[in-house]
Amino acid sequence: MAQIKLDQEQVKRVKNYAKDIADSVQKNVIDGNSSVSVERTVLRLYGVDGTDEEGTPYPNLIVDKLKEKDLLSKGVSKFFAASMLASKRDAMDTAELICQGNILFGEINEFSRADIESKEIELSKEALKTLDSSRIHKSKKQEKTPLPEQPFKYMIVATGNIYEDRTQAKAAVSSGADIIAVIRSTAQSLLDYVPYGATTEGFGGTFATQENFKIMRKALDEASKKKGTYVRLVNYASGLCMSEIAACAAIEDLDMLLNDSMYGILFRDINKKRTFVDQHFSRLICSRAKILINTGEDNYLTTSDAIENAYTVTSSQLINEAMGKNSLLTDEQLGLGHAFEIDPKVKNGFLFELAHAQLARQLFPDAPLKYMPPTKYKSCDIFFSQCMDSMFNLASVTTGQGIHLCGILTEAIHTPLMQDRFQSLSNVNYIFDTARDLGDEIEFKEDGVIAKRAQTVLNETEEFLKKVNDIGLMEAISEGYFAGIKRLDTGGKGLDGVFLKDSDYSNPILEMLEKEGTING
Amino acid sequence: MGNLIKPYGDTIDDGIVQLSFTLPVTNGAKAKKAAEIYANNLKIEDVTIAHAEEIAEGFTYFVIFGKASVSIDYDSVKASEVSTEFYDYYEINSLIKEKINRKVNVVGASIGTDAHTVGIDAIMNMKGYDGDYGLERYPEINATNLGSQVTCEELVESALKNGSDAILVSQTVTQKDAHIRNFTELIELLEAEKIRKQFLVIAGGPRITNDLAIELGYDAGFGAGTVPSQVASYIVTCLVKE
Ligand code: B12
Repeated sequence: MAQIKLDQEQVKRVKNYAKDIADSVQKNVIDGNSSVSVERTVLRLYGVDGTDEEGTPYPNLIVDKLKEKDLLSKGVSKFFAASMLASKRDAMDTAELICQGNILFGEINEFSRADIESKEIELSKEALKTLDSSRIHKSKKQEKTPLPEQPFKYMIVATGNIYEDRTQAKAAVSSGADIIAVIRSTAQSLLDYVPYGATTEGFGGTFATQENFKIMRKALDEASKKKGTYVRLVNYASGLCMSEIAACAAIEDLDMLLNDSMYGILFRDINKKRTFVDQHFSRLICSRAKILINTGEDNYLTTSDAIENAYTVTSSQLINEAMGKNSLLTDEQLGLGHAFEIDPKVKNGFLFELAHAQLARQLFPDAPLKYMPPTKYKSCDIFFSQCMDSMFNLASVTTGQGIHLCGILTEAIHTPLMQDRFQSLSNVNYIFDTARDLGDEIEFKEDGVIAKRAQTVLNETEEFLKKVNDIGLMEAISEGYFAGIKRLDTGGKGLDGVFLKDSDYSNPILEMLEKEGTING
Repeated sequence: MGNLIKPYGDTIDDGIVQLSFTLPVTNGAKAKKAAEIYANNLKIEDVTIAHAEEIAEGFTYFVIFGKASVSIDYDSVKASEVSTEFYDYYEINSLIKEKINRKVNVVGASIGTDAHTVGIDAIMNMKGYDGDYGLERYPEINATNLGSQVTCEELVESALKNGSDAILVSQTVTQKDAHIRNFTELIELLEAEKIRKQFLVIAGGPRITNDLAIELGYDAGFGAGTVPSQVASYIVTCLVKE
C-alpha cells in the first residue's frame, strides 16, 4: 500500500504524549473511583437481570439501596455475595429477595470475611467465564462463516421497532452489508439505567436492551449462514451506562460497540470523571469478550470545519488508543474513528481527504479504522449526494480503511429507506471492486499536496497534544480544547453517581480483568 | 383558462417524470406489470419500467419513466416567501442605529429534544454561514444563543429577561412530526401567557417553509440555505415598521 513519508520519531513523540495523557487520567481519576453504573455492571455480570413491577431494573434498585445506606464506597460485590450466602439461592432470586425487602442487605457481619471473599471470587470467576464464552463463541462462528474482506461494509438500521429493524437488517445483508448497527433511540445515552425487554417504540432509533441485542444477533446468525460470511452486530455503549451496556453486549455475543473515551463528556455533557471511570471498565469487558470498539471522532467534524480541525480528530484517536491500551484492548479491537466531511466546494478537497485517511492508516497500521461518510454537506439532491459517497468509497478502498460506514444518498432528508440502503451498497460494492488494489499501485508524491497536508496535520497534532499534556486532559477539557466545548470537572450529568473507593472497596471482576491482561483465542 | 403546466422532459408539455419506489413483491413479469399499473393509477401514462431489481427477499425496487397526464394552472398557485427587502450587514447596523435607536435583542434556541445546533449556530454565532456574518457579530444586535434541547419555558423566560424583540426557534428532527409538536407548544405557551404579540417569533430549519411557519402561528419561517443577514433584514424591517 502506498505510504506517505512520515518522521517516525515524530510519530513516537505524539504516541508518547497520548500515553502520558492517558496514564495521568488513569492514575488520578480512574483508579481511585467507581460509579453506580460500574457497580450495576458487577451485578449484571453476577447474574442479576430483570425489573420490578414498575420497570426499574434490579441492578439499579440494589445499588440505590446500598447508596442510601452510605455503603456504596465499599462496592456492591461483597454485600451481594453476603446476601447470596444468606439466601442460599441464585443471583436472580437473591436480587428479588433484596428488592422485596425479604432479606437483609448491607450487612456482612453474619458471615466471615473469608466466606464472603470466596463467594465473591466464585461469582467473579463465573462472570469472567461468561465473557470468555462470548469471545470463544464468536470465534467459533467465524470459523464456520469467516469474516469478509476489509473495508467491512457497515450499515445502519433505525426504525425504532426491533422487529422491523430485523427485516431491514436482513435486507441490508442481502444487499452486501457486513456489519449491522442498530441506532439507539435519541435520548438513551442520558438514561441512568438500561431499559429492559424487546422494544417496539423508539425515537430516531431503537432502545439498546439485552433482549433486543439477542433478537438481532439471532437474525444475523441466520443471515450470516445464508451469506457465507460472518455479519457483525454493533450497538452503542456511550452515555451513562457504558459498562452495563458492554456487559449486556458481551452476554449476547455482540461484536462491536461505539465506545469513546470523551464523546459523552463533550457531546452529551456527561461528567468527566463518570465517563473516564465508566469507559475503563466497559473497555476491560470489551477486551475480554473481544468486542471491537468504535470511537466517535467524526463528531468533531459535524460541528467544526474538517480542515481546520483535522488535528482534533488525530489527537482524539491517539488518546482513545492510549486509553484503550490501558484497558487492555488490542490494536485489532480499536476501530478509531474519522470522517470524510470536507466542504465539497473546497478545491482539491479530495486530496485532503486522502491525506487525512492515509495519515490515520499509517499512525494505526493494525487498527480497523472506522471511516464515516460525508453527512454535513450532503445535498437534498440525492443524485449529487450519491456522487459524494462515490468519492468517499474511493478514498476508503484506496487507503485501506477497516470499517466503512456506508453513506446514504438521502442523508440530508430522512433516516434510510430500504431502497436507500440498496443504492448505497451498490455504489460501495462497485467502487470497492473496481478500485480494489488501487492503493497498491499508486505512490504519494513526496512534497505533493497529499504528503504536505498529512504532515501539517501531524505537526498540529503534536503541538496540540503537547499543550494538553502540559495542563492535563481534565483541565484541557475544562478550557475547551476539544471541539471548542468547555466541560468543568464538577459539571455534567452523572457526577452524583461517582464515588471514591474506600480502602475496603472490592470489585474482583475488575481486579481479575486487569491482572489477567489481554486474552486471545 | 389560466396557465396550464406539466413536467418538462425535452419537449414542452411532454409530462415526463422519473420515479423510484419499492413494492413488497418478488421480482418478475407480474411485479413489473404491477409497477406499471401502479404508475398508471398515479396518472402516469406510457410507463417504461427502466429498472426492476429485487433488493431484499420479497421486495422489488423500480426506476420508472412515464408521462404525467395531470396539468395544473400555475396562475392559481399561491406560496409565500418572507417578504422583505434584504439588506447587508452594514446596512442593517446603520438602519438599527438610525431608525430604531437602541440595540435589538434576539434570543434563539433549538427546542424540545432536538440536539441539532448547527442550524441555529449558523444564524447566530459570530462566524455565520456561507460567508455571511452571524447575528452575534452585529454591533447593533444583542444575540443570545441558548443552544439545543432547550425547553419552551426556558426560552420564553430568557426572552422576557432579555427584553427580546425576536425569538428564533430551530427544529431539525421532523420524524413523527416532532417539529410540529414543538413549534406548536411554544406558540401555545406564549399565547397562554398572553405575550405572543410582544415578540417576533421566527421558525427555521431544513424542512421549514414560510407557509408552514405562518400556519403554525409564527411571524415567518426560513428554510435550508438561509443566511443570517436575511433573518436580520426581516427583523429590522418589522421593527422599523412598528
Ligand atoms: C450534524 C448532524 C447531527 C449532529 C448534530 C451536531 C450538532 N451539534 O448540531 C449529531 C451527530 C449530534 C446528530 C444527532 C442526531 N441526528 Co442528525 N444530522 C446531522 C446532519 C448530518 C447535518 C445537520 C446540519 O448540521 N446541517 C447544517 C446546517 C447549517 O443546516 P440546517 O440545520 O438546515 O440550518 C440551516 C437552515 O435550515 C436554517 N435554519 C436552521 N435553524 C434555523 C433557525 C432559525 C430561526 C432560522 C431563521 C433559520 C434556521 O439556517 C441554517 C443555515 O442555512 C443531518 C443530515 C444532513 N446533511 O442534513 C442529520 C439529520 C438532521 N439527523 C438526523 C437524526 C435522525 C439524528 C438523530 C435523531 C439520530 C439518533 N437516532 O440519534 C440524532 C438527534 C438527537 C437529538 N436528540 O436530536 C436526521 C433527521 C431526520 C428527520 N428528518 O427527522 C438527519 C436528516 C440524518 C438522517 N438522514 O437520518 N445529527
